[in-house]
Amino acid sequence: MLLRNMKRSLSGVAAASLLLGASGARADWGLNLPVGVTPISQTAYSLHMLILWICVAIGVVVFGAMFISILRHRKSRGAVPAQFHESTTVEILWTIIPFLILVSMAVPATKALIAMEDTSDSDVSIKVTAYQWKWQYEYLDEGIGFFSNLSTPTDQIYGSEEKGPHYLLEVDNKMVVPVGKKVRLLLTASDVIHAWWVPELGMKKDAIPGFINEMWIQVKEPGVYRGQCAELCGRDHGFMPIVVEALSEADYSQWVADQQAASAAAAADDDREMDMGELMTRGEKVYGTHCAACHQANGAGLPGAFPGLVGSPLIKGPVAGHVDIVMNGKSGTAMAAFGGQLSDADLAAVITYERNAWGNDTGDLLQPSDIKAAR
Amino acid sequence: MSATHGGYYVPHGSHWPILGSIGLTTLLVGFASLLNGASGATMLMGIGVLITLVMLFGWFGTVINESLKGMYNDQVDRSFRWGMSWFIFSEVMFFAAFFGALFYARIYSVPWLAGEDVSTNQHLWPNFDADSAAWPTNGPAALGGEFSVLDPWKIPALNTLLLLSSGVTITLAHWALKKGNRGALVGWMVATVALGLTFLGFQVYEYIEAYGEHHNLTLGSGIYGSTFFMLTGFHGFHVTLGAIMLAVITIRCAKGHFSHDNHFAFEAVAWYWHFVDVVWLGLFIFVYLV
Amino acid sequence: MSTATTHDTHHAEHQSGLLRWVFTTNHKDIGTLYLLFSLLMFFVGGAMAMVIRAELFQPGMQVVDPMFFNQMTTMHALIMIFGAVMPAFVGLANWLIPMMIGAPDMALPRMNNWSFWILPFAFAMLLSTLLMAGGAPAGGWTMYPPLVLQTGDAFPFLIFSVHLMGISSIMGAINVVVTIVNMRAPGMTLMKMPLFVWTWLITAYLLIAVMPVLAGAVTMLLTDKFFDTSFFNAAGGGDPVMFQHIFWFFGHPEVYILILPAFGIVSQIIPTFARKPLFGYSSMVYATASIAFLSFIVWAHHMFTVGMPLTGELFFMYATMLIAVPTGVKVFNWVSTMWRGSMTFETPMLFALGFVVMFTIGGFSGLMLAIAPVDFQYHDTYFVVAHFHYVLVTGAIFAIMAAAYYWLPKWTGHMYNETLGKWHFWLSTLFVNVLFFPQHFLGLAGMPRRIPDYSVQFAEFNMISSLGGFAYGLTQLLFVYIVFQTIRGGAKATDQVWEGAKGLEWTLPSPPPYHSFETAPQIK
Ligand code: HEA
Ligand code: HEA
Ligand code: HEC
Ligand code: CUA
Ligand SMILES: [Cu+2]
Repeated sequence: MLLRNMKRSLSGVAAASLLLGASGARADWGLNLPVGVTPISQTAYSLHMLILWICVAIGVVVFGAMFISILRHRKSRGAVPAQFHESTTVEILWTIIPFLILVSMAVPATKALIAMEDTSDSDVSIKVTAYQWKWQYEYLDEGIGFFSNLSTPTDQIYGSEEKGPHYLLEVDNKMVVPVGKKVRLLLTASDVIHAWWVPELGMKKDAIPGFINEMWIQVKEPGVYRGQCAELCGRDHGFMPIVVEALSEADYSQWVADQQAASAAAAADDDREMDMGELMTRGEKVYGTHCAACHQANGAGLPGAFPGLVGSPLIKGPVAGHVDIVMNGKSGTAMAAFGGQLSDADLAAVITYERNAWGNDTGDLLQPSDIKAAR
Repeated sequence: MSATHGGYYVPHGSHWPILGSIGLTTLLVGFASLLNGASGATMLMGIGVLITLVMLFGWFGTVINESLKGMYNDQVDRSFRWGMSWFIFSEVMFFAAFFGALFYARIYSVPWLAGEDVSTNQHLWPNFDADSAAWPTNGPAALGGEFSVLDPWKIPALNTLLLLSSGVTITLAHWALKKGNRGALVGWMVATVALGLTFLGFQVYEYIEAYGEHHNLTLGSGIYGSTFFMLTGFHGFHVTLGAIMLAVITIRCAKGHFSHDNHFAFEAVAWYWHFVDVVWLGLFIFVYLV
Repeated sequence: MSTATTHDTHHAEHQSGLLRWVFTTNHKDIGTLYLLFSLLMFFVGGAMAMVIRAELFQPGMQVVDPMFFNQMTTMHALIMIFGAVMPAFVGLANWLIPMMIGAPDMALPRMNNWSFWILPFAFAMLLSTLLMAGGAPAGGWTMYPPLVLQTGDAFPFLIFSVHLMGISSIMGAINVVVTIVNMRAPGMTLMKMPLFVWTWLITAYLLIAVMPVLAGAVTMLLTDKFFDTSFFNAAGGGDPVMFQHIFWFFGHPEVYILILPAFGIVSQIIPTFARKPLFGYSSMVYATASIAFLSFIVWAHHMFTVGMPLTGELFFMYATMLIAVPTGVKVFNWVSTMWRGSMTFETPMLFALGFVVMFTIGGFSGLMLAIAPVDFQYHDTYFVVAHFHYVLVTGAIFAIMAAAYYWLPKWTGHMYNETLGKWHFWLSTLFVNVLFFPQHFLGLAGMPRRIPDYSVQFAEFNMISSLGGFAYGLTQLLFVYIVFQTIRGGAKATDQVWEGAKGLEWTLPSPPPYHSFETAPQIK
């Protein structure tokens, strides 16, 4: 492994130096904070540049003085040490001047901060709930809600397939916002702390279980903006991206209408009877998006951290116990309560799937109505 | 052959510290395994406690011997004083963490949950209003079920009185020691220990009452139960340690280990006892009263 | 036990063999133990950093599982901070403070032994968690709940090892305070003490004040997990963010614990090789004290994104920015000490100069992080990682290296190999910048920290950073070689060692006698 890495590193040096020479050739290859597309991100960018240049200037003065004395006041050049070692005047000077510089930074910073924390007068409110490891978006006034999962295939992650251009920064369902409107996000989490961050939107806020944090964005240009969870949240912290699509107002209304129609159709599912085949296909899909991150696609789990489900006595046992742990989770562990996250049909499907996949073969079959009864 | 350097006593080699490390580690590994539900853990813990006790007896025994042999000059005595003072300060900071938790919960988190932070309350805890959030509270999910608090003017007030009196008796003991009146010294010390033990007795009684059906106040009673038991519990633990130290010092007083001008060990324990006393006042005010 | 008891407390002066090191109460022996332990931990923590860099060498998952990656990040930080840097400073304090203030030994020698001998047990406990069900702790060194409560069997071991480290640090700090206030030779007034002693005195106060708070914080984690309490659980009226407040009340002073002794070291070395007294001695002392004071009221700058009230954010932003002032005073004083001096550039001086430049760079990025509205962008990205490695690696570690080269001839009586020392410096400086400088770009461009895999636009800089990391790591093997070569032999060192060296420790022979000052020296 090491050797292979070392070999790779050699070619890496070559590649890297080439790239350094030809920087700018690739548009998405950033060196600096993005300017972004919201008022907040643009304020942050200009503040960032201001402080950066102030620091560079101070650096030039301090390191300049230091290098002059390193070059000129060296013994090999016959320098004789002076003996001065105190001056109250300069001490006072170099206390006051940096202080004034700091004040000049603090003033614009204070203004920016006050503007950023003002979430009043918003046009759209979206409640964002973080889970290990996915996001849920609920549009409070439109009655729409959905989950957003990483959509990069595992094969790309483990190297058996070429990585796409949006590797790790792509999801199945994007969060959609209207351009130009003040969108208020209400952030919370169901299990551990996460943080919602899209660099080009300029704001990062923690999603904390049991509390709601507010932030606002106002996207100026239509487009797709990508970010990811920015607070360590367990095994797949690196794999819970955020994708925001900003649409013109008309497109946004259309999208809202489509979503509303789709959720009505999904609700109808909960009142249907399904056969084994349908349950298993659907179950496999639900399992893949919601459960495989921990219990693994083959149901083997990760010994020590996440139990395997193959031949698990709980699954082989009575249905009720199985339904209970999936719907209510187990507090103090990573096993979340999925009762509130999945529809009756999805729960019925995934439980049926677990009871019959990987050779569990219990033959049990659950209907959405069974789940409704268990709620 | 004790070497002294410029009069400052520097011991050569000691096996007590390493024994202490082994003891503490055994104790903690045992406790950790117990929490993880491993078998044989209690046994391991027991061994750890035993080793630690042997270490404490041995180490203090050595120090007492050296002290009695007059190996410690004034400078060594001053080192001990500084050391003890800063140790007590570190204990103060340990309690500060828990007081900090209490104040944070009361000033920030509970009011936020109860509506000061509008969206948190509205979207997550709509039933948690200013009324149900009034301190004492076990939070929006009413963890641990309904509970009631203990009347501060019963046992806690009595306990305050006991500890304050013990502060007086130990000072009287100190005066007696300075005057060289051993009888009075031992008498006041016994009184101090007795007051400390009575305090502990009441505290145990209070805990039993709290956990009982009537109050249903447990560690699991939300943030109130958590802060209440952690603060009073750690305080009680410190009183226990203090009482043991007082008891040892009482025996040493009886044996005549201390002279009117050389009795650091006595003073160290007295300081510690006063510290425990002051913490209690903080508890009485902030945990029981307001 | 039986052999141990016959040895009793006062055995022969120079007990030989292994037991000498186990039972020793001598400040130099204990100092050596601390330093060697710290070196070992630096390599253990460094090896974990190499795992991190290997996984991040290119996008995709190739070397380890994400869970193990998080364990590496967490353990790397805990081991480097509590196992490498802090013990290295305590080791230096043990060796140097008694020699610098003219004392025979540390004030409380038996407790001194215990402070050290707790550490190997604490770290054995921590490292053993790598083998447990569920693996080592993986919630980050900051141990935020509720995530950390998902730790497997390792959890109580993590908590208890932190308790042990705390006990060790508190005892060590008390010893330092008592030694300095009570053991100074006649005439050694406070304002005559070398700056290393001053910075350590102030560091020790910080330690005594904040280590117990950390102990309290992790105790609450323990009870939340096992005893039903709900300090950090909103359902019971607590708040996960409350942990962060308590943790950073410890954590911020902690980072100054990791840098103040380094300031002291640099303030000893620069005057020696500039052959000119330290400029602004008293303002250096006041600046150190101001930094320590301010460090108690800035903690929430680590938490700008948790949703604090606006006034809180403003307060912590202003207070944090203020720290630049006393720190600047220190930097300016160092530069003025060099100004019109007569400088030579032996290895310790090189490391000290490297420290001044690169620590300042780390300080600048710290100042940028302090600006709350922009920290919303920087927070939890590699920009932060770059910041703290500049202050920790090119700051604390470089100062420790400087100290090692500076005092090694005094400790061993031998000169180290100057050519190799210079190689060590130049290679380290080159590679450490290849390692950490690109991380600024990564962070600004949007790469979060604590992730085992990243999107493709971060590939180039990560590869450069990893290469720098491997090279920097390998370079440190040179250091080990130099140190052991010097211990085993080499040119005889004079008492003063360095032409411009001033201070009591240089009046003693090299190596110094077992008991530094049998009779206290008189200081004019
Ligand atoms: C040795 C350790 C050390 C030191 C000395 C510092 C020093 C400073 N740190 Fe740093 N910091 C860390 C270790 C350290 N830090 C660590 C470990 C973390 C991350 C923890 C984690 O999350 O895991 C961190 C994180 C961290 C954050 C949180 C970032 C985030 O998570 O979002 C912030 C924010 O304010 C910050 C600020 C500062 C500041 C303002 C200083 C100041 O003290 C710097 C002052 C110095 C200078 C400014 C340079 C010299 C001055 C001049 C030349 C004078 C003139 C200058 C001006 C007027 C600008 N640090
Ligand atoms: C004093 C503290 C200290 C020190 C010295 C270091 C030293 C190093 N650190 Fe780190 N680090 C932290 C404190 C420190 N660190 C902290 C607090 C965190 C945050 C953790 C968290 O998020 O919770 C962190 C996190 C951290 C990360 C981010 C991980 C993440 O977010 O997922 C990275 C990534 O590059 C990193 C790298 C390194 C490297 C390459 C070194 C190098 O300097 C190490 C060099 C040393 C050696 C390499 C050992 C010596 C050599 C050998 C063992 C020989 C073998 C060598 C080879 C095989 C090449 N550290
Ligand atoms: C964040 C990680 C995670 C996710 C996602 C997850 N689980 Fe779990 N699951 C766990 C953990 C951890 C446990 C073990 C709990 C315990 O200690 O009892 C567990 C336990 C279980 C058990 C009981 C196993 C047994 O033998 O005791 C079942 C059944 C189960 N999960 C089903 C599911 C289903 C169905 C889903 C998806 C809808 C899912 N899990 C998603 C972490 C997860
Ligand atoms: Cu969710 Cu990190
Ligand atoms: Cu800080």
